[in-house]
Amino acid sequence: MNALASEIVRDTGAVSAADLARGGHFSGTIGDITTPDPRMVCREVNVWYGDKHAIKDVSLDIGNHQVVAMIGPSGCGKSTFLRCLNRMNDTIDGCRVRGSITLDGQEIYDKGLDPVPLRAQVGMVFQKPNPFPKSIYENVAYGARIHGLTNSKAELDALVETSLRKAGLWNEVKDRLDQPGTGLSGGQQQRLCIARTIAVSPEVILMDEPCSALDPIATAIIEELIDELREQYSIAIVTHSMQQAARVSQRTAYFHLGDLVEVGETTQVFTNPRHKLTEDYITGRFG
Amino acid sequence: MHTWTLLVALLAAAALAYHVGRKRAIATAGGSGRINTLHSLPAYYGFYAAMWAAIPALLLLGLWLGVQDQVITTLVKASLPPQSVAELTPGALGLLMNDVKNVASGNIASGAVTPAIQTAADHYARLQHLARWTQWLLVLAISVAGMSFAWSQTRPTMRARNRVESVVLGVLILFSSIAVLTTLGIVLSVVFESWQFFQKIAPSEFFLGTLWSPQTAMRADQVAADGAFGAVPLFTGTLLVSFIAMMVAVPIGLMAAIYLSEYAPRKVRSVAKPLLEILAGIPTVVYGFFAALTLAPVIRDLGEQLGFAVASESALAAGLVMGIMIIPFVSSLSDDVINAVPQAMRDGSYALGATQSETIRRVVIPAALPGIVGGVLLAVSRAIGETMIVVMAAGLTANLTANPLASVTTVTVQIVTLLTGDQEFDSAKTLAAFALGLTLFLVTLTLNIIALHIVRKYREQYE
Ligand SMILES: Nc1ncnc2c1ncn2[C@@H]1O[C@H](COP(=O)(O)OP(=O)(O)OP(=O)(O)O)[C@@H](O)[C@H]1O
Ligand SMILES: [Mg+2]
Repeated sequence: MNALASEIVRDTGAVSAADLARGGHFSGTIGDITTPDPRMVCREVNVWYGDKHAIKDVSLDIGNHQVVAMIGPSGCGKSTFLRCLNRMNDTIDGCRVRGSITLDGQEIYDKGLDPVPLRAQVGMVFQKPNPFPKSIYENVAYGARIHGLTNSKAELDALVETSLRKAGLWNEVKDRLDQPGTGLSGGQQQRLCIARTIAVSPEVILMDEPCSALDPIATAIIEELIDELREQYSIAIVTHSMQQAARVSQRTAYFHLGDLVEVGETTQVFTNPRHKLTEDYITGRFG
Repeated sequence: MHTWTLLVALLAAAALAYHVGRKRAIATAGGSGRINTLHSLPAYYGFYAAMWAAIPALLLLGLWLGVQDQVITTLVKASLPPQSVAELTPGALGLLMNDVKNVASGNIASGAVTPAIQTAADHYARLQHLARWTQWLLVLAISVAGMSFAWSQTRPTMRARNRVESVVLGVLILFSSIAVLTTLGIVLSVVFESWQFFQKIAPSEFFLGTLWSPQTAMRADQVAADGAFGAVPLFTGTLLVSFIAMMVAVPIGLMAAIYLSEYAPRKVRSVAKPLLEILAGIPTVVYGFFAALTLAPVIRDLGEQLGFAVASESALAAGLVMGIMIIPFVSSLSDDVINAVPQAMRDGSYALGATQSETIRRVVIPAALPGIVGGVLLAVSRAIGETMIVVMAAGLTANLTANPLASVTTVTVQIVTLLTGDQEFDSAKTLAAFALGLTLFLVTLTLNIIALHIVRKYREQYE
């Protein structure tokens, strides 16, 4: 696997955006797609929506206790790739996924593997906060109830409390746990969704533009939270905000029209991008 | 010289006015090159002229037709020889006038045609002839007057579009108020007749009495019961049949909706959904004879084999068939609300490791529940008001029973039987139909209001 990885680490700065748009062949990801301590390992992942080739030969590691940021212009396949990681694409008609993705060495696209328990291990937070139309308590307890994680009311109460505390929401809602989750503010709702995800103790948390519907203050709170969560979980986050990617992530992956163009340490990608496309994007020339 | 020829003539006048008005507008603007100096497009000036040509004339015509007969009748009545009219009752006078009209139009009169009637008839015919000509002349004159008024008004600064549009608006309001007023009229008449009924029968007897036997004597010398108007057996019968119907429709409709909206592949859905909705298009009378002729005998035979006494007309047969009829209501309304649950809810649940069935049970159905309840309530009000099936399959005997194998009768069936056949209009028996109708109306109205309220509230939740 390392041999393959070092092969992929090549410097090819010659492909321009225009080439890619014309369908010119993309000659490989720049930068180190591997990490020393990977939680998830994706190799040559391809995704089609019907005839549309949305992800092309993407290989990337998601490191343990690390935040990987995925950036790129709209429609480049960030969400699609993210949804491959917990097989959420299975719910979309006409979506095909090829390639290899493993979680702790276990192939998640194995024929025999049930995607349902996988999704408890790889949790997901969506762009728009989507609390269930239930009480705050029930929102957090939902996963525990369906997976039978707790044996008593007291245990469940404790789980709800710790999850809400980890999501930094406990103090704001502790007196109104029985009120509907939909009645919270947008930022609170998003933290509720994070609490709900944490409550099933996943190993990896996927976040698809978790702050795009939030104001700067709520965003700052969530970014801080992401930084804390990193200590226990592996996180992959899609964002349109370059600043956010720079603030919260250790590694950054730049996608372009279904290709993974460049991966690297966040500081390196932002201060010294090696590919022309990455540079154009982060300096704001397009995207 | 019928009225409709006059209508055609008016239409032609309007068409003419349209053309003239349009030409006139262009001419006043100074030729077709200068149309942009007009306030509105030329066609609006045409419509404006057409309206003036048609609407006042139509109004006059309507008014004329409304009063013509009355006026002529009064005139003829006044011309009748006073000695032959003096001792007649109003009813007999009406009959006499009918004879006059019949003779005038060459139909057969009810009795011998006396010379007095003959003269009156001739007079009548003459007046009618005269009226028709004056009507033609007047209406066409008004039309022409309207047209020339529009002509004189037409100049570039006239706001033709605004005027036309305000008339169109007026017409729209008129037509929509027809619907509202009709409803209001029906309600008022039902309320009024029910009021009369409650003058004869105490409300307490009607709403609490358990004996329903509305046969009353039609003539004083007839041997008949006094009539008992305790409507409780009808209410329970209605409830029993509706309950059976809902027991059929709710589970089947809901399951079908869940399958169609959550599990069915698109192809199955595109075929199954319209098929299910065909059920709603079958005329209820067809359901009715299916229930009475096919299902009821089957139920009776089955019941007999199992050792139950089953009436050949049973609440069960009516309820089962009514339930089938209502399935599409429940299923398509539930399907709508289930589809309205945002995909984001389902994704949120899947992302926590829930299976599809857990997601449906714990997220989708609870989220859709208010809407589903609303749909079910609408279906209940449909069941309560359903008539044809129960008339044919449930029977006529007002049994106070909860046994689905017995024959029961419902409010709607009794309304039908009370009003068909000969009876005096102001007898308690006839008026009882209005009281029943009012009760039914109030119940279904309440159900509908609650249901719509719930459905609407639910719709807002995700917007
Ligand atoms: N359900 C779908 N069916 C068909 N095509 C899809 C579907 N979802 C996404 N696509 C296509 O796949 C490509 C990648 O979409 P994706 O949503 O992954 O982009 P993205 O990078 O997340 O964009 P954004 O930043 O706007 O969210 C797009 O061209 C999109 O049109
Ligand atoms: Mg996206």
